[in-house]
Amino acid sequence: MSRVVSITLQNNDDARPIIEAIEKDNPEATVNIYPGMVKIDCEGRLIIKQETVEELLGREWDVQELHLSIISMGGNVDEEDDYFELSWNL
Amino acid sequence: MAEKRKKKLGIKQRYSMLTRGLGWDTTYQDMDKVFPYDNYEGIIIHDWEGWEDPFRLTMDAYWKFQSEKEKKLYAVIDSFAQNNGHLGITDARYVNALKLFLTGVSPLEYQAARGFTHVGRHFRGVGPRVACQMQAIDELRHVQTQIHSMSHYNKYFDGLHSAPHMHDRVWYLSVPKSFFDDARTAGPFEFLTSISFAFEYVLTNLLFVPFMSGAAFNGDMATVTFGFSAQSDEARHMTLGLEVIKFMLEQDERNIPIVQRWMDKWFWRGTRMLALVAMMMDYMLPKRVMSWREAWDIYFTEAGGALFADLARYGIKPPKYADIATKEAEHISHQAWHIFYNYTHAAAFHTWVPEKDELDWLSEKYPNTFDKYYRPRLEYLDKEEKAGRRFYNDTLPMLCQVCQIPMGFTDMDDPTTISFEVSEYKDDKYHTCSLGCKDIFDYEPAKYVQAWLPVHQIYQGNCGGAEIPDVLKWYNFNLGADNMEYNGSPDQKLWDEWQAHRKKA
Amino acid sequence: MSLEIKTNVIQPRRHTYDHIAKRLGADKPATRYQEGTWDLQPTTNFHYRPTWDPSREIYDKSLTAIEMEDWYSFNDPRQLYYGTYTMARHKMMEAEENHFKFIGKSNMFGLMDDEWQQKIKEFLLPMRHYEWGANMNNCDCSDKAYGTAISQVALFAAMDRLGMAQIISRVGLLLDDSTGKSLDQAKADWMENDLWQGARRMIEDSFVVKDWFELLVAQNLSMDGVVFPLFYQYFDEAGQQHGGAPMSMLNEFMQDWGKDEKRWLDHLLKVTAAESPENAALLSKWASVWTDRAIEAFTPIAKHVLGEGAADVMTSIRAEITKRAQKSGIEI
Ligand SMILES: [Fe+2]
Ligand SMILES: [Fe+2]
Ligand SMILES: [Zn+2]
Repeated sequence: MSRVVSITLQNNDDARPIIEAIEKDNPEATVNIYPGMVKIDCEGRLIIKQETVEELLGREWDVQELHLSIISMGGNVDEEDDYFELSWNL
Repeated sequence: MAEKRKKKLGIKQRYSMLTRGLGWDTTYQDMDKVFPYDNYEGIIIHDWEGWEDPFRLTMDAYWKFQSEKEKKLYAVIDSFAQNNGHLGITDARYVNALKLFLTGVSPLEYQAARGFTHVGRHFRGVGPRVACQMQAIDELRHVQTQIHSMSHYNKYFDGLHSAPHMHDRVWYLSVPKSFFDDARTAGPFEFLTSISFAFEYVLTNLLFVPFMSGAAFNGDMATVTFGFSAQSDEARHMTLGLEVIKFMLEQDERNIPIVQRWMDKWFWRGTRMLALVAMMMDYMLPKRVMSWREAWDIYFTEAGGALFADLARYGIKPPKYADIATKEAEHISHQAWHIFYNYTHAAAFHTWVPEKDELDWLSEKYPNTFDKYYRPRLEYLDKEEKAGRRFYNDTLPMLCQVCQIPMGFTDMDDPTTISFEVSEYKDDKYHTCSLGCKDIFDYEPAKYVQAWLPVHQIYQGNCGGAEIPDVLKWYNFNLGADNMEYNGSPDQKLWDEWQAHRKKA
Repeated sequence: MSLEIKTNVIQPRRHTYDHIAKRLGADKPATRYQEGTWDLQPTTNFHYRPTWDPSREIYDKSLTAIEMEDWYSFNDPRQLYYGTYTMARHKMMEAEENHFKFIGKSNMFGLMDDEWQQKIKEFLLPMRHYEWGANMNNCDCSDKAYGTAISQVALFAAMDRLGMAQIISRVGLLLDDSTGKSLDQAKADWMENDLWQGARRMIEDSFVVKDWFELLVAQNLSMDGVVFPLFYQYFDEAGQQHGGAPMSMLNEFMQDWGKDEKRWLDHLLKVTAAESPENAALLSKWASVWTDRAIEAFTPIAKHVLGEGAADVMTSIRAEITKRAQKSGIEI
């Protein structure tokens, strides 16, 4: 049975650093590009780290800013001050 | 150093103080009178504090992020109108998908707004109430941004002028309308299971994600923008959907069978309604991103599979008839298009036979079914149309008592036989299109016999008159413009003129 | 590109939606408020009756005794639809946020007399529960109201009340160094302290009012008509001699909001009363009953903060509500 979690983001400038951060912090993730959007799948869990996004962005980044770019997702959400994580239970 | 460091509250703790702490148990009025609706469905809640907040937006952050989204969106809508963005789409046939969207889907956003307002008042837990209220106002956003985005299209194309009036009356729009009426007339827990979970979590991706991506592919920047902008709220809505399910399942074992039955019901009702979306994707987008079948594989089979594997620990099984729905993904868009091709004289959008390269694409995407069952029929209809004998079906179809789709879907193992089921209630016979719909009827017959079935209503003379043109006038159709075949329509004529001018320039 | 096409061949075929043109009396360009509000709510051919209350339809005019020929006679004078609403509130909140930042950074709350800090804990913090009650009531009105025009103003108001409950809570966190202790105490006061029981009883009674228009009058005209001047004007003034300036800054959101509420509410009452003498009589009855209650309910806390002066203040607040109501054609 598939246990893929996924997040879909707009394919635009605001989302690009987030996408890059995801790729960096989740090396096993697969990135699928569609018109206007990018769907990232990952087995079991996927994390977005504030620190990584801030590094790429060169400014402070509130994890809740993710809500400006997100299109869809699959998985249980854990949202904290410094990360946003999607996972399925084992 | 003696300097005291200001303690910074973590997001969870802060959120909890700023929301959960606001409520109190009433003592001057009985709690059951203040919250009269949250315990008649049989769902047992021992501890409302067990609710996990699905997201933690306080109003200050909500206003900040949402106003930012709105500013961006309206900038796109403005420039789309100023630059006559409608001329940049791939083909005028595409606009027919928008017609179906504005008349069939946007009114559901409004219904969602009101439905979430209702449950946002009536749960006794503060956590779920706040989450529902935020969704309520989000859904108001969706209907308004959709109306505002399509406002420009309405100025140049037919079929978009009377969405609220049509939604309350037109035969095929009773499919989405009855879906939402069904949810809204259910109790608050079933409402959340139907809309937040079955619809938003499991199925909404199928509606919005590939369709909006398709809009992008077809040069419709206004629609992509409202679509994706709305979807950014959807992530919160989906989380609410999953949370409410986990909450019910964790509170009491006796909730499990109730939740399972709701999932079965709303999954089926949802897939039935999505037949309209399936045909939008396979037939109405001139440039296609993915087929309905592929979208189903990604968003139901794969994403849904992972979700139900996760819920298995509570004893929840994948929805009943999921296997049938998956089989249907090979057929449903073709059968739905066929129904509308037959009745397009009574619809506020156009249909057509796809062009050769489009048929080839469908053949490629549906190797098991398209050439065998559907292509020959379409090629025949095409020949008839070119010979001046465009086929329209003048008899009124029988509708499924539950999903209200004309009984035109077939047995999936034998796509030449129309499938239907019969139930009896108080000495009357009621017809449904499938086992899924029959189950729903049989569990709550007293509810489904109330359905305002458009065809019955026409026969009873409640829809403007006895003749089809009377009915269409009552629908507020502009006859000969909103309805009928695309070839020869005013939409097509104008589009061709615009293209001719463009070539000259 | 599109621009190459001469504009004369791309003349619009219509200027707005049919139902909007009908209300405008002509096919002419409409505002976003109009297109995003008018006739959005379904009106007919509902499929099933609510299983939670089979006596009514999903949308039902009979949920209030008020009768209107057309429930879109009222239009929000602020022309707020979701987009303009969130932008307007964000602007208000941005200013408020700057006050919070400024006060937090320079620890300005410490400049207020200890005694006044304590008073704020006593009179303001329990009001987060009042605001939450007002959220529930506006949510209820939005749920039951007929037509999008009224339903949406009530929904905006409901969300605003949650926002204000959160602003008040943040004042508590400033006062208690983010421990949340002041909020716990405020809740205990709300639940048990005699000063608050009249107010709490009133709001709990309002939770079970059946007629949504009565509830709208009770909450927004009568209760708020007392609360906004009393707490954010008179109490604010009383704080000035105790170094209450920082609190004044934070009161700004509520002061502005109170003004904003009057704008749509007074217009709504006016339109509704003007429709028929029966409507005017109902509104008068509700406004009288609930204004009496609201004055009575908040008098103990007014005395607690203002002492001797409370009676005069309540008299003038009552006079102000009566005057506003009169302007809308309602006799209290
Ligand atoms: Fe929505
Ligand atoms: Fe939604
Ligand atoms: Zn059916």
